[in-house]
Amino acid sequence: MLNLIRFIWKYSTFFLFLILESICFYLIFQNSFYQKAQFISSSNSVAGNVFTTVNSTREYFNLKETNEMLARENAILHTASKAAFVRIKTSETTVNDTLLKQQYIFVNARVVNNAVNKRNNYLTLNIGSNRGIKPEMAVISSNGIVGITKAVSENFTSVLSVLNKDAKISAKIKKNNYFGSLSWEGGDYKLGTLTDIPTHVKILKGDTIVTNAFSAIFPENIMIGFIESYEIKPGDNFYTISVRFSTNFKNVAHVFVVKNLMKDEQKKLEQETQNDK
Amino acid sequence: MINEIIKQLFRFIFLLLLQVLVLNNIQFSGYINPYLYVLFILMMPFDTPSWIVLSGGFLMGLSVDTFMNTAGMHAAATVAMAFVRSSVLKIFAPREGYEFGTEPTLRYMGPAWYLSYSTILVSIHHLVFFYIEVFRFSEFFSTLLRIVLSILFTMILVMLSQFLIYKPRDRK
Repeated sequence: MLNLIRFIWKYSTFFLFLILESICFYLIFQNSFYQKAQFISSSNSVAGNVFTTVNSTREYFNLKETNEMLARENAILHTASKAAFVRIKTSETTVNDTLLKQQYIFVNARVVNNAVNKRNNYLTLNIGSNRGIKPEMAVISSNGIVGITKAVSENFTSVLSVLNKDAKISAKIKKNNYFGSLSWEGGDYKLGTLTDIPTHVKILKGDTIVTNAFSAIFPENIMIGFIESYEIKPGDNFYTISVRFSTNFKNVAHVFVVKNLMKDEQKKLEQETQNDK
Repeated sequence: MINEIIKQLFRFIFLLLLQVLVLNNIQFSGYINPYLYVLFILMMPFDTPSWIVLSGGFLMGLSVDTFMNTAGMHAAATVAMAFVRSSVLKIFAPREGYEFGTEPTLRYMGPAWYLSYSTILVSIHHLVFFYIEVFRFSEFFSTLLRIVLSILFTMILVMLSQFLIYKPRDRK
């Protein structure tokens, strides 16, 4: 026993090293396999507040672009508003709106921290559980998809960007509905990779890629980007398609978090069906 | 002693904020990122007990992780680097040993000594960090290229920092 203690004491530095490294690797694996709220992430209040302070200064430099974007969005909303339509039927009709039921709610948020230069990128938003945000909700900007919420604290949310090894987005080609999976191979933050589209499908450079609703996270038909180029690797039955993102991840500032009110229902049903097999 | 602790604490906060607020926004051809916060370990005095170097590295790495959402990756790399530091110091020790209470700086130890000392430690940190971040071998060589370029970038900043803290009044 005494020898054991002497042995440990002699190599105490080495044992401390082992203990610290095991803590690190525990944190790393916990972070990559579980989608629960973590303390070691920028959604914790100290890190969140530092980023908010810096960001509120930085926002002044982007005011012009932000205004332009808001004006553009206003124009689109005006076009869609009731005042923009002319009643063409003279007879009265009652609109009994039981046909439509709300499925998605959009919550606006500001990006307080963002990165595009790492292999795994994350964003931090200035809202959290105080606005009803939960993990695994879609995050989109007015130009297209941005990511999926990962960890949520009371006032902040950290978002798994599409520019991340762990992000796999279910996508489809808008014109013919063939679906595949979109990921990011690293490198250029403007280009993603779409796989699993069979080679018999006719595709063209410039075709639009949008989301599909399989994952119950993203609403259908949210813009992802356009086909930049495509190739068939030798011996492969699927295209490898390079997609130019419609979102500019470098300057994304205002985003929407999408709550899917029917997600639990869809997930539960799918789970039950799979259990029956 | 108290002065030394305050000095290290100040350096810790300064390097942490410099890293997360300034250096993380630097983009140099794609995704090469300098990690200057390792200077905290590089600049600890020679006679710091090794458990303080290890725990200091762990805390520094964990703080950077908190800001960058990398949960443990920077901490793992920094602890590995802190562990190797004592062996590197032993190998590079001058014949008469290190002066008590001095820090490994360019000024005390000379450019050749400092360059080899810091390059070895920075390389270990970057190797561990980038391979943990990627965590697969399929991107081995593209990662290696990123590592080499990032080491270069970090080393330029480390050497620059040494000239910045060079006090002219000590020159004689």
